[in-house]
Amino acid sequence: MDNKTPAVKMRNITKRFGPVVANDKVWLDIYRGEILALLGENGSGKTTLMNMLSGIYFPDEGEISIDGRPVVIRSPKDAFDLGIGMIHQHFKLVDVLTAAENIVLGLPGKLDLKKAAARIREICSAYGFEVNPEQKIYDMSVSQKQTVEIVKVLYRGADILILDEPTAVLTPQETDKLFAVLRNMRDDGKAIVIITHKMHEVEDLSDRVAILRHGQFIGDMPTAKTNAQEMTNMMVGHAVELNINRPEPKDPKPRIVVKNLTVRSIDGILKLDDVSFTANSGEILGIAGISGCGQKELLESIAGLQPVEGGSIEYIEDDGTPEQLLGKDPLSIQQMGVSLSFVPEDRLGMGLVGNMDLSDNMMLRSFRRGRSLFTDRKSPRKLAETVVHDLDVVTPGISTPVRRLSGGNVQKVLVGREIASAPTVLLTAYAVRGLDINSSYTIYDLINKQKESGVAVIYVGEDLDVLLELADRILVLCGGKVSGIVPGRGAKKRDVGLMMTQLGGKTNG
Amino acid sequence: MDKKTHSPLFHIAKRSALPWYVTWGIRGTALLLALVACGVVTSLVTGENPFQIYAAIFKGSFGTPRKFWVLLQNIAMLLCVSLAVTPAFRMRCWNLGGEGQALIGGLASAACMILLGRAGLPNWLVILCMIVSSVAAGAIWAGIPAFFRARFNTNETLFTLMMNYVATQLVAFFCVVWESPKGSGTIGIINQNSQIGWFPTIGGQKYLLNVLIVALVCVGMYIYLNYSKHGYEIAVVGESERTARYVGIKVDRVIIRTMLLSGALCGLAGLLLVGSTNHTLTTTIVDGRGFTAVMVSWLAQFNPIWMILTSFLLVFLGRGAGEIATNFGLNQSFGDILTGIILFFIIGSEFFIRYQIRFVKASEKEEAKHV
Repeated sequence: MDNKTPAVKMRNITKRFGPVVANDKVWLDIYRGEILALLGENGSGKTTLMNMLSGIYFPDEGEISIDGRPVVIRSPKDAFDLGIGMIHQHFKLVDVLTAAENIVLGLPGKLDLKKAAARIREICSAYGFEVNPEQKIYDMSVSQKQTVEIVKVLYRGADILILDEPTAVLTPQETDKLFAVLRNMRDDGKAIVIITHKMHEVEDLSDRVAILRHGQFIGDMPTAKTNAQEMTNMMVGHAVELNINRPEPKDPKPRIVVKNLTVRSIDGILKLDDVSFTANSGEILGIAGISGCGQKELLESIAGLQPVEGGSIEYIEDDGTPEQLLGKDPLSIQQMGVSLSFVPEDRLGMGLVGNMDLSDNMMLRSFRRGRSLFTDRKSPRKLAETVVHDLDVVTPGISTPVRRLSGGNVQKVLVGREIASAPTVLLTAYAVRGLDINSSYTIYDLINKQKESGVAVIYVGEDLDVLLELADRILVLCGGKVSGIVPGRGAKKRDVGLMMTQLGGKTNG
Repeated sequence: MDKKTHSPLFHIAKRSALPWYVTWGIRGTALLLALVACGVVTSLVTGENPFQIYAAIFKGSFGTPRKFWVLLQNIAMLLCVSLAVTPAFRMRCWNLGGEGQALIGGLASAACMILLGRAGLPNWLVILCMIVSSVAAGAIWAGIPAFFRARFNTNETLFTLMMNYVATQLVAFFCVVWESPKGSGTIGIINQNSQIGWFPTIGGQKYLLNVLIVALVCVGMYIYLNYSKHGYEIAVVGESERTARYVGIKVDRVIIRTMLLSGALCGLAGLLLVGSTNHTLTTTIVDGRGFTAVMVSWLAQFNPIWMILTSFLLVFLGRGAGEIATNFGLNQSFGDILTGIILFFIIGSEFFIRYQIRFVKASEKEEAKHV
């Protein structure tokens, strides 16, 4: 492997965005027949580097050569001509067209969908994909859409594939399928780069890892010769503790009692079916389940954002009096004196306003305070400063629009605001999605602190390993029904995984 | 060596935020370049001395005290309609019905002047009725599309646009009903002798009252949008309705409230046009300001204070165009051409504020070839 010419050689690549140096003299080699995992914290420049390879950005300095030949990549078309294809985090497909139509879209030559479909089937059988060329995109699941994206770049003859966080949207089963396909492609001699945050995926899949930190190339090595701890330390720049703390709940008392909750979507699809559970104070209740199994509806029902068909959601006061939350909107819940905080899945589309600065975002929760017609701008500014300081938010200042911050910092701002109101109930959905290790652990710590101060935490998570380490009890959802509630301590990953796919988790054997 | 190793000559990169003096420097340069371009076009097309043309443009607004007052009056009216549509725009609700809302406000005040004047009500009471009815009429005219938008999610752009035509036809109808003299099809000056419903002139200047009222509205709107709780709600709803719902803002209520305000201020513009300036009503009394206001508001990036500048610019150019037409015997269209060139440069300058063009240095290109 050592004496091969690299398929891609990047040398001294520098890219600046205004005063920010996204990539600083980066060196990177990508070989054929190898899966390279590109690691780095949020904002370390992984995606920028790959965007330069796929022709979306043009480097300010540095050289790229393909198979030993220096090249200039000015546009995605140049990249395609060189056999480079990138699968982005956000799919770029036309919803109303079929898979085949999307795949041939923009290609020169006569439109022959039948021939295209035949070639697509050929590619699929060669690598083990499952794609129906005649299926419309809007009918597809997220994982099917991703498959179409991959087939699209293969169809165009790419043999250097870049995947930007491909597993962020996939279930464990779908991830396994994707990895099998990627291994097939590697064995076929293609060069594959995968950007990911999940250490066990890196160890599971990649042959080599390359690590970036703050836009600089830190090093690369064969995956077999390293481990999660070492890679993490290289990414972060100092030693990191990879254990999640789980203190015993202190004096847990019922706080939220949900009974027979049933929710239908606007299209009439049953999203939650007869869900009942209790969330206690001073405890983290984890919610596990394949994505789209009613997690979002569950949290939004409690927060007063989701119309509900039947059932009840009661908030139990400290003195034991129950208060019905059902049928109330967020404002009336607040006016009842219930301090309920919600960290939604869609941070910039729901939890925050991307174009507003930090201090205006802090104001979202507090702007109604006081009788005055005018807003109080001082206390949100103070709160913003406190959050930036306490949670180590990396930002040029509190007057920066939050959309300019990296994912981890956006989440810190959101969580910081939500816990600042001293909640008694904290709802979080995918609190660490897309966050690097360091930020993730900051968030786990914050959630644990809330728990210790007696908050009832409901934590919807996608990473089972984390749920098993963090939650006191785990409620498993399966197709909108409660598949079971298990204690977090001592639960087996395999059992919870089974409960996610089958009600009650019973196997046939 | 392969053809593909040619580097591009330049590439476009997004800028980070620039300090305010650089952005205004770019805008100023654009204006200068626009004047140069206008000069070149003028000498090429008409053979006139461009400096004389510029002087004429300037004279169109500042030539005589009367022209200056007309300039102020026109700025005030344009600014009033622009201020009216701005809160809706900040909410990303495209109220293109400023024209109709102002017209219907004018209709309401004309109705008060004619009908209540005939009934012999005292002057102050007529004026009070005019104020209330025109503001209410404008608000209703904007409230109807707002209600449908909030309740049924209809498209407010089309709806408000259509309401303009309804307003125009209503005014056309009443122009015939109230025509004076008979058979003219126009209303003529209302209450010419009694002057009932005419707004008082202050300081001997006919237009001073309008200017002062609009100046107050301008400051008030700036404070309302930037410092009030309502203003904050408008901004949040405009950025993301989901976020607004998440923090418990009643989105429907904010949309309707803001559109009512928008319409009410348009109604105020109509009131000033009828009661204070023209003392008559025609279908063209608003003179396209409902649409020009869209440009004023956008150019100023929805900032009420900057809108003083942008409305000045548009009115100044318009007056100048008229002056050229009369002075040099040129067509009015030539003035419009010059206005177009200047606006092109000003809007184009925003591109250079947001993006920068980086040229690849020749030496770098050489290096790239030799690697």
